[in-house]
Amino acid sequence: MEKKQDINRRKFLKDGAWGVCIGGVGVAAGLMAAKGRRGGMVWQIDPHKCISCGNCATYCVLEESAVKCVHEYAMCGYCKLCTGYYEPEPKVLDEAAENQLCPNGAIGRKFVEHPYYEYSIDEHLCNGCAKCVEGCTAFGNGSLFLQVKHDLCLNCNECSIAAACPSQAFKRVPVDSPYLLKGTQQA
Amino acid sequence: MKKRPGITTVLFLAVLCFCGIASAVVNFPPPEFESSYQMPDTEVVGGRGNLYEYMDVAVLVAALGLSSYLSLRRRSRRGMFILMIFSLLYFGFYRKGCICPIGAIGNITLAVFDSSYVIPLSALAFFVLPLVFTLFFGRGFCGGVCPLGAIQDIVLLRPVKVPGPVESCLRLLAYAYLGAAILFAATGSAFLICRYDPFVGFFRLSGNLNIIILGVCFLIIGIFVGRPYCRFLCPYGVILRQLSRLSKWKVAITPDECIQCHLCEDACPFGAIESPTVPWPAGDHVKSRRKLGVLIVLLPVIVAVGVFAGAAMSKTASRMHPVVRLADRIYLEDAGMVEDTTDASLAFRATGREVEELYAEATSIQGSFRVGSYFFGGFVGLVVGMKLILLSIRWTRSEYEASRAGCIACGRCFSYCPREHVRLGKVGSKGVAQ
Repeated sequence: MEKKQDINRRKFLKDGAWGVCIGGVGVAAGLMAAKGRRGGMVWQIDPHKCISCGNCATYCVLEESAVKCVHEYAMCGYCKLCTGYYEPEPKVLDEAAENQLCPNGAIGRKFVEHPYYEYSIDEHLCNGCAKCVEGCTAFGNGSLFLQVKHDLCLNCNECSIAAACPSQAFKRVPVDSPYLLKGTQQA
Repeated sequence: MKKRPGITTVLFLAVLCFCGIASAVVNFPPPEFESSYQMPDTEVVGGRGNLYEYMDVAVLVAALGLSSYLSLRRRSRRGMFILMIFSLLYFGFYRKGCICPIGAIGNITLAVFDSSYVIPLSALAFFVLPLVFTLFFGRGFCGGVCPLGAIQDIVLLRPVKVPGPVESCLRLLAYAYLGAAILFAATGSAFLICRYDPFVGFFRLSGNLNIIILGVCFLIIGIFVGRPYCRFLCPYGVILRQLSRLSKWKVAITPDECIQCHLCEDACPFGAIESPTVPWPAGDHVKSRRKLGVLIVLLPVIVAVGVFAGAAMSKTASRMHPVVRLADRIYLEDAGMVEDTTDASLAFRATGREVEELYAEATSIQGSFRVGSYFFGGFVGLVVGMKLILLSIRWTRSEYEASRAGCIACGRCFSYCPREHVRLGKVGSKGVAQ
């Protein structure tokens, strides 16, 4: 009697469905794992698409945005009048705060030799507002640009800056080459 | 010494830039320094390494195993609660609610539909492991491991019973949400689940204000209605629901036999305890069978209605995709229907791309949305139809049972069962009966 109950129709169907499910999950996972990679992809800004709108400073889920300005020194003109550093009409070309474009004073300016000046970003002060990027891209060489800093980025599945980016400059890039620096990629 | 261009030249070049003539030209060639100045390298720091990923997956496996053990063998609500708090702290506050299996639905879908997307193996593991565990041990993931469930479970202080029909209707939302999440992820528009995750803001202690308000609302409702997100919205939950119907083992309210004492009847705040069925009134069989027949015939009709409804909303849905939105905007601007411009439209015009090219891209995206919406609508119709059919089937049960699909293995009901107290040796085997 007991044996008959062991193989009834409902149990057979259920076991069959169970087998199909576990097999399906296994095969699908195997196929995907073959395509997947450790780390997957991370978010990055294509600096050539960025329009310096300022969303990066405000839309990041972090209190302080993971997007920072990066300075590609090799592209920099070392100008005395840097349009990424100074307000459009600076009163005097000195380091006084009222002349600076950066709201946080995150750009350092250092005399190198006449008439060249080196500009460097203090990452702790930078908030990713892209004011300097706008100035540098409009009038200068574009050596200042924004990048997602991967030591800060949480790598959200759905980057909220990417969702708010008007120029679709955010994209997923392979984790092995997580930066899109202007100098090393083609325009 | 080489002279640098003066301010006048700078301004001149600036004017040129404005006119768009000198754009994409290096305006000031990098200088050749005469002093011993060394140009610094541009420094960028890599990610935080992959150690986390291994740890996350290991913790997930351990937590899933422990949750199965605690709910099926140990039968300990306290153990489940401690595990739940640990998961909340680890997956929630420590790992900031990312990575989670619910959001991994988006990754999985994108990996299927977008060949250029490389899925992180950890996301794949997070998606698959709870499914496999559910097929063996039931929904221990929901009860003990999911941080979103945990944060709702700890605020559940004054549980009220949701009437069965209301519960059934609300649950349909979760299926629709699952369908929508897949539709938008497959078209590359958005990861809906992650974008509208109501609790991730708490885990990160920052985030979009609207979403945090949404989360607070869920928690306030959650004081009275057990786990509202899990039951009525969670798209991963509905997958686990269906799989746990087939699970090899399941949570049992009583450790040995049901003595029909009714004490566990109200123990479950999630409406997952099914009571014994009463015998049918005479003549009900025929009526019921006819109703079932009608519903089965009606199923294709409901699916068809769903497909039509899906087709009707496909245009609106496609506006979730940024390219479609942009093309729409450009069209409105070009047709003179709007006066101003947006950042997006200005950015597009600055690229110098052909408008036709953009329109073609948007049209092709709308095409995939149309196909996707058919499936989405059909899926929702199928779910509604199946729900009606399942509701009209009468199952026979002789004792109180944890529903296979609905039980999330929280372990609340164990202590309600007198037989459990006997098992634990708190009362003698005859103590209760006498």
